[in-house]
Amino acid sequence: MSMTIFFAVLFYLAAAVFTLGLIYKIYDFARTPAPLSIPTTPAPTTTPGVIWRMFREVVFFESLFKGNLWTWLFGWMFHMGLFLVLIRHLRYFVAEAPVWLLFIQPFGKYASFMMMGGLIGLWGRRFFVERIRYISTPSDHLWLALLLVIGVTGMGMTFWMHVDVVAVKAFFLGLMVFEINALPAHMGLFLHLLGVAVLMLLFPFSKLLHAPGVFFSPTRNMADNPREQRHLAPWAANFEKS
Amino acid sequence: MAAPEFELPKFREYPTVPALREGAMAHSKPYVANEKIQEAIGFQAKLDDDWRVTHDKVIAKFGELLGKYRSLKVFMDACVHCGSCTDKCHYFIGSQDPKNMPVARQELMRSIYRRYFTWPGKLFPQLVGARDLTKEILDEWYSYFWQCSECRRCSVFCPYGIDTAEVTMAARHILDSVGYGQKYSNEIIGKVFKIGNNLGLPGPALEDTLAGLEEDVKEDTGVAVRYPIDEPGAEVLLVTPSADFFAEPHIESLIGYGKVFHAAGISWTLSSHASEAGNFGLFNGSYETMRKVALRIREAALELGVKRIVVGECGHAWRVAYAFWNTLNGVGAGGKDPFSIELQKQLDPRYPQPSHICEVTWDLIQQGRLKFDKEANDHRIITFHDSCNVARASRMGGYAGGQFDIPRNIIKAVANKFVEMDEDTVREKTFCCGGGGGVLTDELLELRVKGAFPRMEALKRVVDAHGVNFMATICAICKAQFTKVLPYYGFNMRLVGGVHQLVSTAIRLGQEQ
Repeated sequence: MSMTIFFAVLFYLAAAVFTLGLIYKIYDFARTPAPLSIPTTPAPTTTPGVIWRMFREVVFFESLFKGNLWTWLFGWMFHMGLFLVLIRHLRYFVAEAPVWLLFIQPFGKYASFMMMGGLIGLWGRRFFVERIRYISTPSDHLWLALLLVIGVTGMGMTFWMHVDVVAVKAFFLGLMVFEINALPAHMGLFLHLLGVAVLMLLFPFSKLLHAPGVFFSPTRNMADNPREQRHLAPWAANFEKS
Repeated sequence: MAAPEFELPKFREYPTVPALREGAMAHSKPYVANEKIQEAIGFQAKLDDDWRVTHDKVIAKFGELLGKYRSLKVFMDACVHCGSCTDKCHYFIGSQDPKNMPVARQELMRSIYRRYFTWPGKLFPQLVGARDLTKEILDEWYSYFWQCSECRRCSVFCPYGIDTAEVTMAARHILDSVGYGQKYSNEIIGKVFKIGNNLGLPGPALEDTLAGLEEDVKEDTGVAVRYPIDEPGAEVLLVTPSADFFAEPHIESLIGYGKVFHAAGISWTLSSHASEAGNFGLFNGSYETMRKVALRIREAALELGVKRIVVGECGHAWRVAYAFWNTLNGVGAGGKDPFSIELQKQLDPRYPQPSHICEVTWDLIQQGRLKFDKEANDHRIITFHDSCNVARASRMGGYAGGQFDIPRNIIKAVANKFVEMDEDTVREKTFCCGGGGGVLTDELLELRVKGAFPRMEALKRVVDAHGVNFMATICAICKAQFTKVLPYYGFNMRLVGGVHQLVSTAIRLGQEQ
């Protein structure tokens, strides 16, 4: 029961830090002006064009594809795998899983292999490619280690040392209405949850900010229309008042 | 040409990513601006004697810029060290110095950002690669942020669009503000403030040059083509890099612009007040400097009463004109405030404002208003070098990518023999000439020669395979840089020239007078 309380507190804290931290960061990105029109060209000239460019960037990693095929392959495998796995996990947070969520379960299950393959590939590059080794910091390795721990424990529980998922679901549904239901005592589960909580706690202060950051990147989210529209930041407009 | 005092990169049969050579370019450092140069353009004269004062000023300025530029803020946070950019910089490929990998260049600044502006960096600096700012690090900034030509090639390949040019500009802006400016760029900005152009050519000198040009063209063609300056009431104000007034091969393009206007019957003028399209404020990253330089064009346009503003062949100038002028000086359209309306109501809305000279020429060609003897260029086998600021920071014509097609269309309209270089080295993947972004100074020659290497390799392949003997480009810096570095790689310095040089050769001027 003490572990249950520990994780209950931890997840309240992690959820708060993650949400508030991310909201603050997004607010901070959004309030900072882009004083000049700086899309990397050729760039779309209209807003729908920009949305399409951003879609390709976020879903297909278009620029990375142009930049490095191996990194693209591993990066895309990891992120798409993670995406499916995360969707699958929604079932822990809704009492009655809708049909599409049930349908997606096996995909999410096997997507974990793709995710782990991508992770291992990405980590391998940090050791074996001289340039990437040079630019890697200890935290780059630790992030990959953390994700690997989360992934391995998750897959372990799915395919090998099963855990009482009904109880896990009851724990999380309980948290959402401020009730504490016992977590199954399972080392794999504890490690898995600890890893996820650490990730959530650090997310708003780390390079994981690339996730919201990409949407605010002026070289990608600005339309190429500077001759047609005057673009003036508030602080820059002050020069014209004197 | 004297033998170089450094090792030249060797042409490779199959370009692969070079091995790292740590510290290979650590000695590269441009001359520091003296107190007079700094003060003339409103920056602190020199570094404070007390390092702690400088330290605090750097951090304060850094914080200020983080609040003013979303690019800097997002780019400091978003990088994941994926390495996509690591082999994309021409300075890295040519020098093998790992700090010339875009991500490593950014890290010089990001390590400070983390230490002073994020809590993981404050608590666990070693873990996240955060560093205390020291004088040595500031010197490293000075060295390596002056080994970036702000060409944006890395930003094409970054999954988050991180543009090292933005980081470089911020670093240089901070360096300027604490009295650690670069002599070459800041001296030039001072000349623009005082006289009106980068070369410091006063009005009478320009008039002489242009009068001489009219005589030369008359002698050459038998036609009285005019090169007017400060003529009120002209339709077009042409703003061109001042190198066009006297440097080779630049002046050949200026001759070409005049011939185009002559053949099309468009009245035009240059301005002695705005006798410079270049804007080195871009290189320094100071919005105020850039604005002050750009305002001269506004002033000249209002004074002369012109209807159109056209920009000559210059890469970074076109970026500033195309992407920033509407913001900085109101040359553009769509303004709703008195400042921009004052100018925009004067400009002819039927034309893009500003227009690139290539847009003007191509438009006239399509209308059938220009005629050419293409055979006049038959002694030339031509390739086209996309200039980075045109390719990755601007546009021509009505659609994305027009900046690639229009210059090529012009070349094909005026010449018969055209060859493309490797596709990974043209269009948005073009390699910088190695001299852009404020490094076109002799003390950085090693950097410039090494930075030109990827372009020289691509050029070598078309020279060997197709006998290319003319590399056309639309940038004054590219022209000056190539003229200087081509001989290091065994090419004739006259292999580079302008697109309007080709136009000039082939254009029909009509009746001899």
